[in-house]
Amino acid sequence: MLKFIIKRLAVAVPTLLVLITISFFLMQAAPGSPFTGERNLPPEILKNIEAKYNLDKPVWQQYFLYLGNLAKGDLGPSFKYRDYTVNDLLEQSFPVSLKIGSVAFLFTVVIGIFIGTIAALKQNTILDYIIMALAMTGVVLPSFVIAPLLVLIFSITLHWLPAGGWNGGSWEYMVLPVTAMAIMYMASIARIQRSSMIEVLNSNYIRTARAKGLPWKVIITRHALRPSMLPVVSYLGPAFVGIITGSVVVETVFGLPGIGQHFVNGALNRDYSLVLGLTIIIGALTILFTAIVDILYAVIDPKIRYQ
Amino acid sequence: MTTLTPDADKKAAVSNFADNLDHSLDVEGRSLWADARARFLRNKAAVTSLIILACVGVLVIIGPMLSPHEFDAIDWGYMAAAPDMASSHWFGTDSLGRDLFVRTLMGGRISFMVGIMGALVAVLIGTLYGATAGYVGGRIDSTMMRILEILQSFPFMFLVILLVTMFGRSIMLIFLAIGAVSWLDMARIVRGQTISLKSREFIEAARVCGTQPRSIILRHIVPNVLGIVVVYASLLVPSMILFESFLSFLGLGVQEPMTSWGALVNEGAQSMEVAIWQLAFPVAFLVITLFCFNYVGDGLRDALDPKDR
Amino acid sequence: MSLLEVKDLQVHFSTPDGDVTAVNNLNFSLEAGQTLGIVGESGSGKSQTAFSIMGLLAKNGRTGGEALFEGQQVLNLPERELNRIRAEKISMIFQDPMTSLNPYMKVGTQLMEVLMLHKGMGKTEAFEESVRMLDAVKMPESRKRMDMYPHEFSGGMRQRVMIAMALLCRPKLLIADEPTTALDVTVQAQIMDLLNDLKRDFNTAIIMITHDLGVVAGICDKVLVMYAGQTMEYGTTDEIFYKPTHPYTIGLLESIPTLKTEGAILPTIQGNPPNLLNLPVGCPFQERCTHVMDSCRQQMPELTHFGNGRQRSCLWQPENLTGEA
Repeated sequence: MLKFIIKRLAVAVPTLLVLITISFFLMQAAPGSPFTGERNLPPEILKNIEAKYNLDKPVWQQYFLYLGNLAKGDLGPSFKYRDYTVNDLLEQSFPVSLKIGSVAFLFTVVIGIFIGTIAALKQNTILDYIIMALAMTGVVLPSFVIAPLLVLIFSITLHWLPAGGWNGGSWEYMVLPVTAMAIMYMASIARIQRSSMIEVLNSNYIRTARAKGLPWKVIITRHALRPSMLPVVSYLGPAFVGIITGSVVVETVFGLPGIGQHFVNGALNRDYSLVLGLTIIIGALTILFTAIVDILYAVIDPKIRYQ
Repeated sequence: MTTLTPDADKKAAVSNFADNLDHSLDVEGRSLWADARARFLRNKAAVTSLIILACVGVLVIIGPMLSPHEFDAIDWGYMAAAPDMASSHWFGTDSLGRDLFVRTLMGGRISFMVGIMGALVAVLIGTLYGATAGYVGGRIDSTMMRILEILQSFPFMFLVILLVTMFGRSIMLIFLAIGAVSWLDMARIVRGQTISLKSREFIEAARVCGTQPRSIILRHIVPNVLGIVVVYASLLVPSMILFESFLSFLGLGVQEPMTSWGALVNEGAQSMEVAIWQLAFPVAFLVITLFCFNYVGDGLRDALDPKDR
Repeated sequence: MSLLEVKDLQVHFSTPDGDVTAVNNLNFSLEAGQTLGIVGESGSGKSQTAFSIMGLLAKNGRTGGEALFEGQQVLNLPERELNRIRAEKISMIFQDPMTSLNPYMKVGTQLMEVLMLHKGMGKTEAFEESVRMLDAVKMPESRKRMDMYPHEFSGGMRQRVMIAMALLCRPKLLIADEPTTALDVTVQAQIMDLLNDLKRDFNTAIIMITHDLGVVAGICDKVLVMYAGQTMEYGTTDEIFYKPTHPYTIGLLESIPTLKTEGAILPTIQGNPPNLLNLPVGCPFQERCTHVMDSCRQQMPELTHFGNGRQRSCLWQPENLTGEA
């Protein structure tokens, strides 16, 4: 098992390196320097600025300088917010994104699995039909559609919850963003969990468990639940990426001071170093998370572990 | 949102079907396809969805011609006007006085175009990549699969935004980006298919005759996996539409005065307090389209993989 | 009182394409320690017969008639009461040992939970008893194997685990649903030997479901030959083998390869079993029968009892038919 974990984590490192390299050279391939567009700076000043950011050096030298700084945890200065480094911006915004992201992810997985299981156990009853109809609707409600609708209903019409803002992360400011981020993936997970649970319940080994005279409750919890969760586990990677991606929209709509906002503003302002840094951070998180999911899969499925 | 992967269960259904197809090809000819078609046609929700989709498609194509208004023409007398038959602003106008009926349908054109283009690119790259990896096998195959795995763990939306930051915002870039990320699963499915095809008699026969690998792949393998590929591509279309809408919502996709459903939803959201129709129509179109695509996808899954669900 | 008395057993399934009768009008009885073989092709309803007795039919299945186990009707029992009979009094092993064990749980856990549930044993006691049972089914290194997962076992070893699991509570009846079909020939023989030994040691009655008459000859006291859900012929093994009276039984017996038939063309029964959704009027075997008559196509031959508890349903009257009742 330990060998499997080490092997899996070892793969993550080159993946991350490839991501960094691709992103970096994409940036280099972009036409012009990040400052060329700016109110016709005199050439000498432009040169000075470029020298300050090492942009006058050969590309490969810049690459290794960037890698070196990255290894030290330094993402470099922001090209647009001149007084800040990318690290400064991250320091303020990352905790916000982490908080709503992890809450949303937790809700997505727990509630998704729960209602999917219920639907499977009550297959072809009214309850199943209702859950599945809701899930079917949820699947087609991306965050950028659900977010404005939630604001319209719960803030503007009902005045129950604030329409935006962060306020230090108190719960009433988190409800709508978290819901907007979670719904689509919750619905997907519920659907996946339902069909996989149904498949497991029809399997031969559940028939064996019934033939052993085990009570239904024991069959579900001890024999069926774990294997039924495997498809959901392999969907966790995409769901994680999706929720992180959705956070960009949600932070924009609700005006939350997270990394998503910086990302969009960076993209709109062509703040290369900021967008590059954030891409790398999010990429690293994703790659790490996928590795964790693979390990989790191996914990559940003994066949993987011994390969 | 938009992970560019259709539901895991649908993906599984497609590959299950592919496996079954493989076993039955010799004996029963195309009867599995006929079976699947019959099952699909019996599924009322899926057939209805397909009809609705066709209607939306037709409306999107001919609708803008029916209206007297242009998508970028400003009607100074009707700024942010509510839907109104007399002025023939059937869906009302946006905050700049542009006709929302025409704009919604123009946005639809973009969405459908992106969806179909994305699926096409996915088919093209994915099929060739997967067929090559599967056919050649060995070290090259495992290297190619490694690359695929690495690419799959990227947060692609962010890479695309990075691209948009660097190269400016344009519709071509979006096509390119979407195409670039959509073929990964396709390659995987095609590879699996190819490996099982490889050991079949007609491929061996071609090989014994000294046919070049390149033409075996193009003339024997590709035509045989095409059916599965088309089915899977149809599942990809809605994720492509989502992907584009997402970018446009953030203002990173289609640029003014051109529009798309994502951009319209964004504009609508800004003025929903005073002009709800600006949000309602684009959202309705987007959600109905996605909804129908999903039911069609479910119908395909059940038709291809008939298990008691 | 017989251990198991089955009267007029019927199994129906409701499907989207209509109602299917998988088992129709089945009668047999089994004494303690006896072995009954149920023989038939796939789809003949033999497995569904077993599932109906265990209450394991698919959700769309319904049963009719009676199955009295020690005098108690076991058909349509509520799940709660069934669970008191399953594994404790009647247990079952299945066709496919590869998928019948839970691949996500250790073999030991799967064995121990039976004892902990039915016998109220503690962990250590259940562990020791499970090891003893693994030894009884001749599992090498049984103690070590308790800690392993099913995928680390070969097919034959898994079936041994299944048998051990079925016998843990010393049930009075063991239903074996094609226990050797999925196994290699040499392993098949080992498993059959094992079942024969265990039957003697534990005095367990066995219902052996198989399509292999060779298996029946080796272990069974009685044989029930089924076709399309119906009884074709029923009697003691000796009588069925030496005095078969039904064309289907005769066909089955002739298609067993023997040393004598080597080199000659092995006789087979032509054609395929009928579609249960669309059974012909009359005898289901008519299309493949070598003795078919016009009346076979008009009505199903009645099940007649004759001789020493024998049953048959056929209009053809062979010479050796004696003592019709």
